[in-house]
Amino acid sequence: MAKQVLSFTVNGERVEALVQPYVTLLDALREDLGLTGPKEGCGTGDCGACSVHLDGKLVASCLVLAMQARGRSVTTIEGLARGAALTPVQEAFVRHGVPQCGFCIPGVLMAAASLLAENAKPSEEDIRYAIAGNLCRCTGYTKMVEAISEAAGTAARKG
Amino acid sequence: MRRFELVTPASVDECLRALKGRGPEVKVLAGGTDLIAQLKVGMLNVATVVDLSAVSDLRMLDGDAQSGFRIGAAVTARTLERDPRLRAALPSLSESGALVGSIQIRNLATLGGNVCNAAPSADMAPPLVALDADAVIAGSSGRRKVPMASFFTGVRQTVLAPDELLVEFAVPPTGPRSGGAYLRHTPRRELDIAVVGVASQIWLTDGVCRKARIALAAVAPTPVRATTAEHALEGQPVTPQAIARAADLAVEAARPISDQRGSAEFRHHLVRVLTRRTLTIALERATA
Repeated sequence: MAKQVLSFTVNGERVEALVQPYVTLLDALREDLGLTGPKEGCGTGDCGACSVHLDGKLVASCLVLAMQARGRSVTTIEGLARGAALTPVQEAFVRHGVPQCGFCIPGVLMAAASLLAENAKPSEEDIRYAIAGNLCRCTGYTKMVEAISEAAGTAARKG
Repeated sequence: MRRFELVTPASVDECLRALKGRGPEVKVLAGGTDLIAQLKVGMLNVATVVDLSAVSDLRMLDGDAQSGFRIGAAVTARTLERDPRLRAALPSLSESGALVGSIQIRNLATLGGNVCNAAPSADMAPPLVALDADAVIAGSSGRRKVPMASFFTGVRQTVLAPDELLVEFAVPPTGPRSGGAYLRHTPRRELDIAVVGVASQIWLTDGVCRKARIALAAVAPTPVRATTAEHALEGQPVTPQAIARAADLAVEAARPISDQRGSAEFRHHLVRVLTRRTLTIALERATA
């Protein structure tokens, strides 16, 4: 089957890749563009490890065909920080020691960034709702909520 | 993933041309949250996938409570959840969208996709049935409207022919004294599948129920209306006693199976509880 030309914006840069029509966005990012921040956990949209922003919206990249991203803008965890400067929520994750095995963290950070872009002062309930699509098998949710809350300047309240 | 060819039409007409003369070896791709997952696990095997992401007409959303709504088939669950017009005028549909998957899923999953996938537990189907919505279906010989109450023909089966495309939903005006709600039971709050779902909608005139609709999910091969319960409400004031009686009668419309999510007996119980709760919320909203 013939590959197709995928022309889109990834982390602010115009890129082109040759992809098979049945390849997912996640696989194109990882295999063709070398962006291995997004992870494949389940491959069926249940775990959130593959979360990226597509035209600014949080999506499971394992359920999007690469060719569906043509002409659109994708942000991965690699594009969240500007150069060496981490975003406040990334810094808070470091400060709180959130990552344990780290596999879920790129997806969680994309979900957190999406939340904070829409809601600058989220409650603990808002934060838990926003990361409900991200599984952490180290079960490190408490520190995630604390870190996101701190980054937003809202003290984590017991819900 | 199974290999397939990808076609990307820019309009409904182009899409219909791509579907013409083809059978079940062609599948239409909207949000992909069901289709891509099914292709990955080998549940489906198709030669061609028709990607709708360039057909912008399918994302139209227009209307209000007075004139009714037109909701494009590719409007996402996340839009149903957040759109202020839908939250105010069609809360049951908005609530059902908010219950689907996670945010990652809701930003992709579409109303038309949820309906065409035709799972008995589909959350967004019962509100459409309870709102007396029509599915607008485009085919080579023009468009036809099918009431959502007769759209489903079996588990994962609908009235759609292989060369037809579901393009939008037409929701009739609800008017000023109508209220609705959708509730489902799941063991956990997020990312789960309904054990039972119930959508209720009532229309009041001078405190009397003019019309009632109750639609049940996950208790039969398709979403079903609890018509006996609806008739019991109609022509009466919606009192707690009338709601309790309708909840008892709604159980008769359920023909559930027992499976890993719940026994038939438990599902009957849930129909009664969720019918009572949705009617109570519907009444509050109709009189607000």
